[in-house]
Amino acid sequence: MGYTLNFNLIWRHFDKLWGGLLLSLELAVISIAIGIVIGLVLAVWYVSAGRVVRGIIAAYVEFIRNVPLILLVYLVFYGLPTVVDLVYSAQTSFVATLALYSGAYLVEVFRSGLEAVPRGQLDAGKAIGLTPWQRLIHVRLPTMMRITLPALSNTFISLFKDTSVASVISVPELTYGAQWINFNTFRIVEVYLVVTAMYLMTGYILLFALRLVERWYRTAR
Amino acid sequence: MLGQIAYALPFLAQGFALTLWVSLLVVVLSLVAGVILGVGLVYGPAPIRWAVRIFSDTIRGIPILVLIFFVYYGLPAVGVHLQSFWAAVLALTLFKTAQVVEYLRGAVASIPKGQSEAAMAIGLTFRQRLAYVIFPQAFRRFLPPWINGVTDAVKGSALVSLLGITDLMQAINQVIGRTYEAMPLYILGALIYFAVNYALSYASRRLERRFAFIRD
Repeated sequence: MGYTLNFNLIWRHFDKLWGGLLLSLELAVISIAIGIVIGLVLAVWYVSAGRVVRGIIAAYVEFIRNVPLILLVYLVFYGLPTVVDLVYSAQTSFVATLALYSGAYLVEVFRSGLEAVPRGQLDAGKAIGLTPWQRLIHVRLPTMMRITLPALSNTFISLFKDTSVASVISVPELTYGAQWINFNTFRIVEVYLVVTAMYLMTGYILLFALRLVERWYRTAR
Repeated sequence: MLGQIAYALPFLAQGFALTLWVSLLVVVLSLVAGVILGVGLVYGPAPIRWAVRIFSDTIRGIPILVLIFFVYYGLPAVGVHLQSFWAAVLALTLFKTAQVVEYLRGAVASIPKGQSEAAMAIGLTFRQRLAYVIFPQAFRRFLPPWINGVTDAVKGSALVSLLGITDLMQAINQVIGRTYEAMPLYILGALIYFAVNYALSYASRRLERRFAFIRD
């Protein structure tokens, strides 16, 4: 057990970790933003669609949710270019994968939120003469947001952590930076302690920010 | 192409068996550890409660991949030598244990306080209260999310391929390395994972419906 902690080499290469963290956040933000669009559109479509469309959307959601993310990452990065004529970087490939992945999880979150909007609110909207589109924008979506925000926060944090899988296709995000320092300096325990702290702190800052949004949303009616 | 894949099937089946074996070990070990720690979190004295809280929040706050690397590369550095298979099982079990702790806490918290007070009023001891009043009710709340979480264990097990363990994921990558048939093999792999996990989540939904008569 004679292991002496020595963080000097970690600090010397800290730019790898800091840059990695920023890239992790960037990957998460872009993927989640696309995922939200996919999730919202498909969820709104799902609740008003016929059986065929529902079946297709459900198939997408169930497929993505039941397959390991690492396999999807490999499939899009190594598999897809062999059958379609597309050239893309590892980073783009990962963003596309995580966007599709987060989309599937967000459809579920938004769908259950939409279904929890009280029937009376929609009837009231209809009674004061709002068009279907106005009812969606001014009644359904805001109410759904308030209902789904806690679940949404958890999904966002978990998707942020999922960016670590990008390291398997050599996207230089935080986990990749950790492995680089691990293999090049052998300060193994130190680097993973620092990276653990970085993930935890970022996670808590995100959670705190999202809780503020939740509170703001609850009071601002 | 089909011939090559058919030729690789026994190899893929071995990988699949390993995926199931890892998942099963993780699920069973984490259930035992998680229930013990979960009882510690709900009923234990303050120091135990804090320790379990810190353990659970730390583990759930980092990516499972970081935990796997930490355990795999970190343990030998401090003089603990495990086979890569057991290092992987340990890391996945730690992760799953933290989840089981939270399922258990949630399930126990969902039992109305009056139940435990009534049990106290008729003179049951702490152990009797747990065994005859709290656990039978909490169990029904615990089961559906837990089974749903088993799919996470199966999906998480794909990460052990990064430690050179020949699970289904790694077997697929190795067959691709020889045949260059990337897309068909990844799709085949996705379908196998899908079949297992969909069956599990279907079972979980059935159970949830079966226990839907319990209200808050």
